[in-house]
Amino acid sequence: MTALLEVKDLKVRVEEREILHGLSLTVNPGEVHAIMGPNGSGKSTLSHVIAGKPGYEVTGGEILFKGEDLLEMSPDERAAKGVFLAFQYPVEIPGVATMNFLHVALNAQRKARGESQLTTPEFLKKAYAAAASLNIPRDMLKRGVNVGFSGGEKKRNEILQMALFEPAVCILDEMDSGLDIDALRVAADGVNALRSQGRAMVVITHYQRLLNYIVPDFVHVMSKGRVVKSGDKELALELEASGYAQFEDAA
Amino acid sequence: MAAVQETVDRVRQIDVDQYRYGFETLIESDKAPKGLSEDTVRFISAKKNEPAWMLEWRLEAYRRWLTMTEPQWARVNYPKIDYQDLYYYSAPKPKKTIGSLDEIDPDILKTYEKLGIPLREVEVLEGVVRPEGQRKIAVDAVFDSVSVATTFQKELKQAGVIFMPISEAIREHPELVKKYLGTVVPTSDNYFATLNSAVFSDGSFVYVPPGVRCPMELSTYFRINERNTGQFERTLIIADKGSYVSYLEGCTAPQRDENQLHAAVVELVTHDDAEIKYSTVQNWYPGNSEGKGGIYNFVTKRGDCRGNNSKISWTQVETGSAITWKYPSCILRGDNSRGEFYSIAISNGHQQVDSGTKMIHLGKNTTSRIISKGIAAGVSQNTYRGLVTAHRKATGARNFTACDSLLIGDKCGAHTVPYVEAKNSSALFEHEATTSKISEDVLFYCVQRGLSQEEAVGLVVNGFVKDVLQQLPMEFAVEAQKLISISLEGSVG
Repeated sequence: MTALLEVKDLKVRVEEREILHGLSLTVNPGEVHAIMGPNGSGKSTLSHVIAGKPGYEVTGGEILFKGEDLLEMSPDERAAKGVFLAFQYPVEIPGVATMNFLHVALNAQRKARGESQLTTPEFLKKAYAAAASLNIPRDMLKRGVNVGFSGGEKKRNEILQMALFEPAVCILDEMDSGLDIDALRVAADGVNALRSQGRAMVVITHYQRLLNYIVPDFVHVMSKGRVVKSGDKELALELEASGYAQFEDAA
Repeated sequence: MAAVQETVDRVRQIDVDQYRYGFETLIESDKAPKGLSEDTVRFISAKKNEPAWMLEWRLEAYRRWLTMTEPQWARVNYPKIDYQDLYYYSAPKPKKTIGSLDEIDPDILKTYEKLGIPLREVEVLEGVVRPEGQRKIAVDAVFDSVSVATTFQKELKQAGVIFMPISEAIREHPELVKKYLGTVVPTSDNYFATLNSAVFSDGSFVYVPPGVRCPMELSTYFRINERNTGQFERTLIIADKGSYVSYLEGCTAPQRDENQLHAAVVELVTHDDAEIKYSTVQNWYPGNSEGKGGIYNFVTKRGDCRGNNSKISWTQVETGSAITWKYPSCILRGDNSRGEFYSIAISNGHQQVDSGTKMIHLGKNTTSRIISKGIAAGVSQNTYRGLVTAHRKATGARNFTACDSLLIGDKCGAHTVPYVEAKNSSALFEHEATTSKISEDVLFYCVQRGLSQEEAVGLVVNGFVKDVLQQLPMEFAVEAQKLISISLEGSVG
């Protein structure tokens, strides 16, 4: 079986400083992987490099997506192929209605895949259904993208996009940051509803708390730009009890 | 910075060939001799069969112009203009007197077709297969300096609206022209307006009688065609008591190497309870990637809210020209009169924009609103320059101004120069200004969702200008939105 996402010995620099020093990770369809680690361990860098954010220099290793070289693709090609990044801090785009943004983005992805364009009625039907399942009021969809949204609304908007675009790999970057416990539960429910046989998720977080709601199949601990330990969900609980310090030395 | 860097690189690649409207129509033209003298003025006046009073008016302006100096205060740089090295009049030679559209030179019609200007549609609109209830647009087409075709005359005539080339109005309605011409922008107003007064070739004249709501949007398409020909349009619109008119103006020009001078004058007058809505989409040739060529657009546009409760609203989408020097203004003379200025100014490549408005509050309880959106890319410079002033008697004057600037890349500049003067203590003026850079994070967010870099820039910019786009009449809003994307397409690849 070809892995969905395969990161091999990845080395990444930002402005002359190496952040990832040979990171490897294999994600198969249907799996949920949690990546944990202290600040500065390179978790967000990993998510950005997978999505293709400019400003990172890959100096070694490779990333394969369904066996294809992901690093050769532009960020929008990656999105069309099914790579989705749920941002830690979703940006605001004033003057662009959320609904319009979602429609334009979905059609751009469909066009890149050679699929037909969704007409406005077709799209609205799909979007309203997805929004309803996430408890997102229609009114929110008429507002500018993330403009004036609460922390919880921004995260729900990310999950709504995940539901609409139906990606193969979802990378959730610190989804729990800035959320209270109720908002977290709503967001996690949304994510869980999207778990499926064919789809994989990579959940990046500081805290074990999120993993009570999104229960992972695998947990990886990152420190200083490498995966230093991998295990099952028990590893997360262990970390919660003993902290990251033990791994700082191991790295 | 990579995403933005990429944008910047693409901006640099902007090229002449990408200018979609760069073509010339080879039509024999009837030119005035090169240079400017009393003889040139007489030549133009004679060409137009003008009455003696008009010639005298022009000559007076010309003599005044000789004593004036070119203004230097705008934040724009260009080589000295040799006014003796320009042609001041050129007209396509009519093959015969024009009776209907069929008789128009097919080359000219083809030009309009290439531009996507619906002159051919006119036949459809004229009633052959016109769908019921469809809104109509009357087109007074200005080709080079002469109006080639005027349509919808009949229907407008029924409503009592006069809509014709100003050269005709001078002959047919001298009493109206005499009464209003130069009363908003006097011949002595400024260097370029004075020059225009001396040599203006043609333009539109609109008079809407009392109580009439003009039955259609009026639009004129200006086009500069003859090499080395300055274009001096003159437009005069009068809305009499309780009337309303919406006027649309849009323009493009073919590519060329030499700079072209364009000094238009637009005068608007509203009487009691009348309203004029004036919208412009300007897309003239901006010059090539080295900043060579392109139109010099030195325009004086001013509206006079002469009557009580009258209103003038300017909306402009400025994407073209090498240099834009333009300040559509409102004189709020009548009590409770209102002025509005909505502007989108996009500069790219080597373009220089110095544009804004003047809101001059003279009457009581006058209000004004200014929404300006400037977008600078490439190595362009984009300046908002605006004056809001309340005179001693302008009790209760109110103004709200919001100037937002958006920068694409790090080689361009945005500048805001507001002048605010309140001579009446009850005046209330608000001014808000923001300058932001199109952020890499926003672009990355969009491309992560599947949009190309170019689509992302277009989307963000269209969101940025949304407030102003909404002010455009329906017919123009879609066109303008496309134009904005196209002008940034030119900039982003």
